[in-house]
Formats: sequence, C-alpha cells, structure tokens
Amino acid sequence: MITKFQIAYKNLLRKRVRSLLTLMGIAVSAWVLVSLLGFNQGYETSLNKDIDNMGFQLMVMAKGCPYEAATMMLKGGTGLKYMDESIMKDVAKEPEVEKITPILMSAVFDANKGESGGIAGYFGVEPKSFAEMKPFLKFRQGGWFTDTNSYEAVMGYEAAELEQREVGDEILMPEKNVKFKVVGILNRTGTQDDGTIFVPLKTTQKIFNRPNEITTIGIKLKKGVNSAPLEEKLYQLPDVQIVSLAQVKDTIMKLISTAQVMVLSIATIAILIAIVGVINTILTSVWERFQEIGILKTVGAMPWDIFKLIWIETVILCTTGGVIGVILALILSRITDMVMRAVLPYAPSGGLVLIDFKLILITLVGIVCIGLLSGIYPAWRAGRIRPLEAIRGEAAR
Amino acid sequence: MSENLISMEAKNLTKAYRRGAEEITAVNSVSLEINKGEFVSIIGPSGSGKTTLVNLLGCLDNPTAGELYLGGRSIFGKGKRLSERDLTKIRRETFGYIFQNFYLIPTLTVMENVILPLTFYRKPNTEHEAEKLLNLLGIEHRKDHLPGQISGGEMQRVAIARAMVNMPEILLADEPTGNLDTKRSVEIVEVLRVLNRNVGLTIIMVTHNQELARYADRMFEMKDGQLCEIEVPTGNTVTRAASQRLS
Repeated sequence: MITKFQIAYKNLLRKRVRSLLTLMGIAVSAWVLVSLLGFNQGYETSLNKDIDNMGFQLMVMAKGCPYEAATMMLKGGTGLKYMDESIMKDVAKEPEVEKITPILMSAVFDANKGESGGIAGYFGVEPKSFAEMKPFLKFRQGGWFTDTNSYEAVMGYEAAELEQREVGDEILMPEKNVKFKVVGILNRTGTQDDGTIFVPLKTTQKIFNRPNEITTIGIKLKKGVNSAPLEEKLYQLPDVQIVSLAQVKDTIMKLISTAQVMVLSIATIAILIAIVGVINTILTSVWERFQEIGILKTVGAMPWDIFKLIWIETVILCTTGGVIGVILALILSRITDMVMRAVLPYAPSGGLVLIDFKLILITLVGIVCIGLLSGIYPAWRAGRIRPLEAIRGEAAR
Repeated sequence: MSENLISMEAKNLTKAYRRGAEEITAVNSVSLEINKGEFVSIIGPSGSGKTTLVNLLGCLDNPTAGELYLGGRSIFGKGKRLSERDLTKIRRETFGYIFQNFYLIPTLTVMENVILPLTFYRKPNTEHEAEKLLNLLGIEHRKDHLPGQISGGEMQRVAIARAMVNMPEILLADEPTGNLDTKRSVEIVEVLRVLNRNVGLTIIMVTHNQELARYADRMFEMKDGQLCEIEVPTGNTVTRAASQRLS
C-alpha cells in the first residue's frame, strides 16, 4: 500500500527547483531564528560568566561615567580616573562587606599588538586579597608574586600566548620601558583576565606616578546581603561612585536589547516571507493538480484525506527546511559569533551564540506549527475541489 | 426482472443548468434500467448530454430532477440531494471510473497508481487484487514504470486496473478510447468486454465511436438530452485471442 506521506513526498519531487527554493526560504528563516535565539541566551550566559568571574559584586570607582568605568573593568580602556587608597578603610569597615581588593588599572599603547597596535591592560593588584577574591583562578605555571613592590608579573593565558612567554622570561611594558619577570601564567578562564597582565600594586603606582592612588575597589558582599543599603552608604563617601555589577549587566542587556529587537524583526520578516512562500508553493501546486485531486476524490478520497495530503506536503517542506536551518545555524555559529562581535559595542568573552537541544527542539516545533498553519488554507481549498469540476477542468479559483 | 438483479435504475433523470440568461437541459427526463453484469454503451454526438448523464449515473453530480436507485437503494429523488461527502462514500463503494485522459499521477509508478484508491478506502478481500489485475491486463512487466514511460494504451489499462482495484459493482467509462488509435481502442474495449464477461462487472461506456459501442450488450443513443435504446448490430464479439489472453 502507498501511504499519504509517500504520495506527498513524491509530489514535492515533481517540481524540484520550486520545492528546493521554498525549502531554502524556510531554512534561512530557521537559521536566522535559531541563531538569534542562540545569541539571546549565549550573550546573557557569557555576560553572567564574565561578571561572576570578576569575583566581586560591587565596585567603588572615582566619579566619572559609570558605563565607561564598567566597560573598562570588563574590556580595558583609557581615560582612567583615580581615587586615594585610604578610602579602602571606610569601605572595609561596613558590616555587609566580606572582602575588598584594590586595583589600579593602567593601559599602555603596545605597537606590537594587532596589526596597527593596541591597548595592553596592566592591572596593579594586591596578590593576597585579589587571589582571595578570585579563588577560581588557577595557574598553568608558577604562582602569584609575593612582594607588592617587586617587578614581577602574572600573565593571563592569552597574553602569555601572544607574547610567547614562559615563567622566568621577561616582559617589557611598552611606553614605560620597564621590565617585569614573569612569575606565573594563568590557565584559560574564557574571560578578560586571559588577556590581562597582573603586576604588583605598589610597583604600578610607582611606574605610573600615582602614589597611593587606585582606580577601583572590588567588594565581595557577605552571603545573602542586599547591596542597596551598602550602595547608599558608600555614596556618602567623597568623589566616588558605586557600580553594581547587576546594574552593569542590566544596562548592557538593555543596550543589547535594541540590537535584539532589530534582529528579531528581521527574523520575523524572514519567517513571514517563508510562510507566504510556502502558501504560494502549495497553492500553486494545488491548482496545477486540480484535475488530479478531483480524480483522487473519484477513487475514494474524502475532503479530509485531500486536506491531510496537502498538509503533509507543507509539513515535509517546513520540517526539512527547519532541520536544514538548524544544521546551518550549528555549522555557522562561529561565523555568527564573529559577525555579532564585530557589530556589537561590547561583547562578553565567552561564546555569543549558544544553541542547545532545548532551543533546537523549540525552533523545530515552532516551524512545524507555522507549517501546519500555513498549510491550512491550501489544504482546505484542495479539500473543497469537486471531482466533476476537476474532470471538466473548471477550476473555481 | 426481479429488483435484486437490477444494478441501476434512473427515472426521469434531468439535469438543467444556466448559462447566462439561457437555461440548458443537458439531460432531459431520462429513464433506464441496467441489470447486474450488463455492458451498456451510450453513443451520441458531442454536446448531446452523454457525459452529463454518465456523471449523474456515476454520482459525480446531483440531478435537477428525477430519481436514481443503485441496487434498489434510493440515491437521488423526491427532493433528496446528497452532500459531496455522501456522494464520495457511494462512489467509492460502488463505482470505478475511467476517463479519456487517464488521469494517472505522473510521480507514482504504475503499481502505485493502481493501489492509490486503497490509500483512501479498502474493501475487504482486495489485498491481492492489484497484482492480479496487472497480470490480467497484461501490464505486470510495467508495474515499476512511471506513466510517462508507457504507451497510451498501457496508460488506459493502468487506469482500468486502478478503477477495478476495489472491486466496484459498476465501471463507468467516459470516452475511454478518445485518446487512442483504432488498434489500441479495440484492445481497450475488448479488455472491458472480457472483464464484463469474466468478472460479471456492470459497465456503462460512453463513446462517440459506433464500432466500439457495438461490443456492448445494449446500446443507447443520446440526442438533445434524451436517451433512446437502439439495436446492437450483430456480428461483433470479443476476439478469441483477446479472450484467451485475458481470461
């Protein structure tokens, strides 16, 4: 016996080019949709990871643009503002605070970085408190420097790879022409730390002529503490601003949501075009087979049988197109990642496009549902064809 | 003749339709009785209403007036008008159809075309009918071919096998040889004749070819929407060779 599925499938092969073009339309829509949804969840996951890997929930910074400050922490940059490190005592005495660590961010122009040079980030840190704040940092080689006045450096994984340095080698800080001895190289973390070079705080202050000055205090809160009252108290301190990383995340997500809305609109338009394409293809195919459908009715097919037959064709097209789209999205996710990274003002360091099984399933179910919906009209019209009209060739279109 | 031997009975069957302001009566008060196992041919010039009549007899269309009985069961009449769904049910239980243009599905093989009706409706004990029919009609060697790869005569044989696969009581053939040359036309009508003789199938064949119409047990002529029975000229039977091949 021949099944309705076989009849529908063989019919789609009749006009291969048309079926293929419709299929490609659906596949491209599915690809855009999966990539977009994958980007939605990938971006947030990576941003969360970046923020969690900072080890602290609040930052105290010298007054200035908070977004700039936040971006600097996440990405590195110039135009730094400084505050006196004595402020640390005031912060540390607050009961909500578990740990704090001072950081002096510094950026120098490295002519050898990239094709036309770039900014190299040097973070002056206190090894003890910084390591306590980030216990997840593991060393590939060596360990933290012990003397905060020494000319020793710990390199992030990528920084060491880029500079081709091992423990025991020397690195030269561009612009300042100061040599450091590499004492530790970190394992890959997938965060900004990978590209950073950590040097002792006091040494950094000396090199950049910023005695007793820092750019940031990282604050780790006690477990379960609400940060809002502490933020209010800290705002009373002179010339500082408080950056909550939760707020940073919200702000970045808000900025990114504009891009997401745009891409979502494009995806919606692509899906609408694909739906119209499917309806057009199936409807054209129904009219072309007007007499055949009439004959099917004379050999015993009920309107519902014809409806199912046409519906199956739509579902075959949409499911196959959806699967191709998902495969495309999986294969091209790295390219999507690169494109997004090039377009976005800030991108976290992890993967930007995260496509998991749940997302694939949701997309495929969604596309099949769309297929079922778009197949209703052509299938209904086909089901209504009367055999006599079909045999006479009187299409009531 | 007792009622249970009557396959089909039409009483004053009429079909009129409007074309613009004009009302055309394509079938005008036609009455006829067809017995089980009879081979009936209807001839007439183009536009005489023979196809409209066969569509009414085959439940492809509702009549404007008159009555139709199948095996004693009332189908149309006395204001009774059937829905498309009910007509489909009657059609698939009672009729097999063959047409001038064959209407085979080009993407399906010969065998798939023959078994196509079983996808939608299957009468009991029809499991092996397709193989038998292909064998009977001499096209078993073509079963894996597509319709585009076989001749017109073979295509009509496939259409006959498709019409027969659910073992209908009545086979309606509307100009079954209209697209065939004389030799193939004779072959197809001989096939129908043998199916009628060997299987006891009731056949109603519409044709404009008087020579082919003579293969039937009874002949009718349609003229201006009216039907009258005419005498079948003698001296025409199924060729011995065809009968041996198909029996």
